[in-house]
Amino acid sequence: MTTHTIKVKVNGVEYVREVEPRRLLSDFLRHDLGLTGTHVGCEHGLCGACTILFDGEPVRSCLMFAVQANGHEVTTVEALGTPEKMHPLQEAFHEKHALQCGYCTPGFLMTLKPFLETHPNPTDEEIREAIDGNLCRCTGYEHIIEAVKLAAEKMATRS
Amino acid sequence: MAGRVFGQSIPRNEDPYLLTGQAKFIDDIELPGMLHAAFYRSDYAHARIKKIDVSEARKLPGVIAVYTAEDFGEFVRPGPLQVPPPTAIKGSIFHARPLMPIAKDKVRYSGEPLAVIIAENRYIAEDAMDYIVAELEPLPAVTDLEKALEPGAPLVHEDLESNLAALVKQERGNYEEAAAKADVVIKKKIYVDRGAGAAMENRGLVVNWDDRAREMTIWATTQAPIPLRNSIATRLGLFEEQVRVITPFIGGGFGPKIMTSQPDDVLLPIIAMWLKRPIKWIEDRRENFLATTSERDQIHYAEIALTRDGIILGVKDVFYHNTGAYDPYGMTVPLNTQTHTVSCYEVPNFYTEIRMVFTNEYVVTPVRGAGRPEGVFVMERLLDYAAQELGMDPAEIRRRNLLRKERFPYPTGIIGQDFVEGVLDSGDYPETLRRVMEVIEYEKFRKEIQPQLRAQGKHKGIGIVCFTEGTAVGPYEGARVTVGANGKVTVATGISTQGQGHFTVFAQIAAEQLGVDVKDVNVITGDTGHFHWGAGTFASRGMGVAGTAVYNAAVKVRQKALQFGARFLGVSEDEVELCDGKVCVKGDPSRSMPLGEIALKANPTRGTIEPGVEPGLEATAYFGPPYGATGAGAVAMIVDVDPETMAVNIEKFAIVHDCGTVVNPLLLEGQVMGGVHMGIGNAFYEKIKYDENGQLLTASLMDYLIPQATDMPKEMIVEHLETPSPLNPLGMKGVGEAGAIPTPACFMQALEDALYEYRLQIDETPLNPSRLWELVQQAPKK
Ligand code: FES
Ligand code: FES
Repeated sequence: MTTHTIKVKVNGVEYVREVEPRRLLSDFLRHDLGLTGTHVGCEHGLCGACTILFDGEPVRSCLMFAVQANGHEVTTVEALGTPEKMHPLQEAFHEKHALQCGYCTPGFLMTLKPFLETHPNPTDEEIREAIDGNLCRCTGYEHIIEAVKLAAEKMATRS
Repeated sequence: MAGRVFGQSIPRNEDPYLLTGQAKFIDDIELPGMLHAAFYRSDYAHARIKKIDVSEARKLPGVIAVYTAEDFGEFVRPGPLQVPPPTAIKGSIFHARPLMPIAKDKVRYSGEPLAVIIAENRYIAEDAMDYIVAELEPLPAVTDLEKALEPGAPLVHEDLESNLAALVKQERGNYEEAAAKADVVIKKKIYVDRGAGAAMENRGLVVNWDDRAREMTIWATTQAPIPLRNSIATRLGLFEEQVRVITPFIGGGFGPKIMTSQPDDVLLPIIAMWLKRPIKWIEDRRENFLATTSERDQIHYAEIALTRDGIILGVKDVFYHNTGAYDPYGMTVPLNTQTHTVSCYEVPNFYTEIRMVFTNEYVVTPVRGAGRPEGVFVMERLLDYAAQELGMDPAEIRRRNLLRKERFPYPTGIIGQDFVEGVLDSGDYPETLRRVMEVIEYEKFRKEIQPQLRAQGKHKGIGIVCFTEGTAVGPYEGARVTVGANGKVTVATGISTQGQGHFTVFAQIAAEQLGVDVKDVNVITGDTGHFHWGAGTFASRGMGVAGTAVYNAAVKVRQKALQFGARFLGVSEDEVELCDGKVCVKGDPSRSMPLGEIALKANPTRGTIEPGVEPGLEATAYFGPPYGATGAGAVAMIVDVDPETMAVNIEKFAIVHDCGTVVNPLLLEGQVMGGVHMGIGNAFYEKIKYDENGQLLTASLMDYLIPQATDMPKEMIVEHLETPSPLNPLGMKGVGEAGAIPTPACFMQALEDALYEYRLQIDETPLNPSRLWELVQQAPKK
């Protein structure tokens, strides 16, 4: 199969790679670049686990081909924080027990990061709407909603 | 019994890795030279195999091998039977038909593998499927549980006389006599349809056979690593010690990942051995629906006999249970239904009969709840019909019949999934009901709020139900607790973890005993290289059984630390105590020795150790209860139904739950809320639907609806009562399935109440808006 050369900036690092045109962006990130924090739960655009930022906007990486990312900028959960120094959103998820198996979590975080930037003081209803496209089988979402509110507080006091 | 760290809401040790994308899940494993597997599956549910031509597929560049049943030779044999037959129940009939690893001669469910493809990558493996030609002769499919048992029905297993997989009858008292004396007898047919476990992570397996070392390492998303290792070793003719099963982080379990005999579990280790290269298989979501087990699917003919005052005299329940095409997991699910039908009530006479049926659908094994929601649904619905008939309040009929506190321990006379008679060990059922009524303001809603709403034409209803959850069953689990030279503690146990928080709660149990920080306890679960005795993670038994083993082992290590510490400090044992990671002389904290140093000295490299003294600050312990500890609770919910669209908004959900001693309230709340989420799905959204040809109509997340954040209750109240179980030293009971069990029953009661003018008697779950609309159309509006 023919391949294409693509140039993508991921988490601030520029990568030049040869990919088949059919290679999913999610597979490219996970298996070509080794950024396995982005998870895959359905590969048909419904669970939201694979959510990343594409030029700053949340998108489902399982619904895009790697070639479509040529010349664009991608951010994955790995850029958000480290175990030693977590992002306030990650800290809030930790404190409120907003994750159990943690499989859905990177998708939630990448959906919520831009959301909190535009909604520094969100209502419960806004949070529910914001995460409606992300499925979580473990938590029942309640603790996630609490975590988002706590994250908003943390971010407000820190900025 | 809150302690220093025991009983505290401590956030989890495992979170930082999961939150930053650093945790390793199965599909994150890459090994040099790794190949990828894909399964070519049958489209037909029931068919005779004429010919499978894989020759073209084999020629595709990048394809390494393609195998059909023929190629596996004697490896193609059914099994193992993962749960033994219920011989403990007198007169029971059980036809064991464990899973076939690959279809041979005949296909019995749609999605059954016909060929396995191994290729350089997953894309090529999936491409190769297009080049396989399978000639199948379709047979009429068996999908209707009742018709399946009629004479002349097509047979799923032609060596059996009928599609009856099992028949189990149990009775306590004498129902027919009780019914003859009753003022009221109500009979109903009740359906509980199928739902999926639908963990967000699909299943997967990575196998590496090291031909020189003659050792196999398997990474698996399994809830039962030790049984999986044992069955793989047995089939391959290896020693158990040659096979190591490791569970990486697992993205949710919920039951189906307990299976150890699915085709991938059996075939991939064989192929890895043949090819001498690592193999990875990651299930996709469609396969997860088609060929990972799911549950529920029962039809009940149920009756209840009562006095005019609403006192239960007896219950009778004859039910059909769909086991699917095979029955590898024995009768766990329908036996749980039997033990949970009368659950928390005083039912002096109870007759229950299971008719387990083979169908051309995929196999049924436990999913969160595991037969309990079905039993509770039947019982709670019966009580609601009775309340309607007798003109009683639903809460009142329950209050009158709940078992009272003095009745414990209460033998139920019914043998359960653990093959011993169910005994309700402890609890305070009336108090859970009283409290849930209080927190949801039941009386106020009924007497003040609802009449006003109804006058305004609003459709808001309340539901309230009670339940039990049999948990923490045997046989046993074990744990090893070790203090290292660094003064930190390692806990290893045989069960595996799928998000429950074992890395933290087991750490809390050990930390409490050893006086160390929770963060300084490293918990290892699900790695047979570290601990290789145990049964697995099921039946909400992690805390009650494995947690107790951790406690027992930690107590031994504590005693050992004091013993060694006293000796090394040159004092007697009753002069020392544990203080902050050290053994100190009481009243003189200047004389102390850190645990790490004791650990080092307890493992000398020269000299002798005294007879009877085991080296190291380490101990292993096991725990097996005589029977399971039973949790219980009551739930209530208020729903607002739009009679035009039948959209349901859950305004408030309250659960008062008793799972004995609480180790970590924060994590406990998470478990309960997650269970409620699945319960709501099982009530109104999630349905695995097969058509009459055995075709699965819901094989994507587009068709199979998992509740989203906007579908969930807008307000959630979770409260705990703590009645310690006498069955283990910490008094713990399980909780993992609690939320899922009562929710569908409560949901239906609330719907009936909201749509009161239609006098609905809902006798099925799950519903959805269009099905609810149909029911309303059929209802005799008053
Ligand atoms: S994996 Fe992309 S939405 Fe599910
Ligand atoms: S935490 Fe398991 S799916 Fe969300």
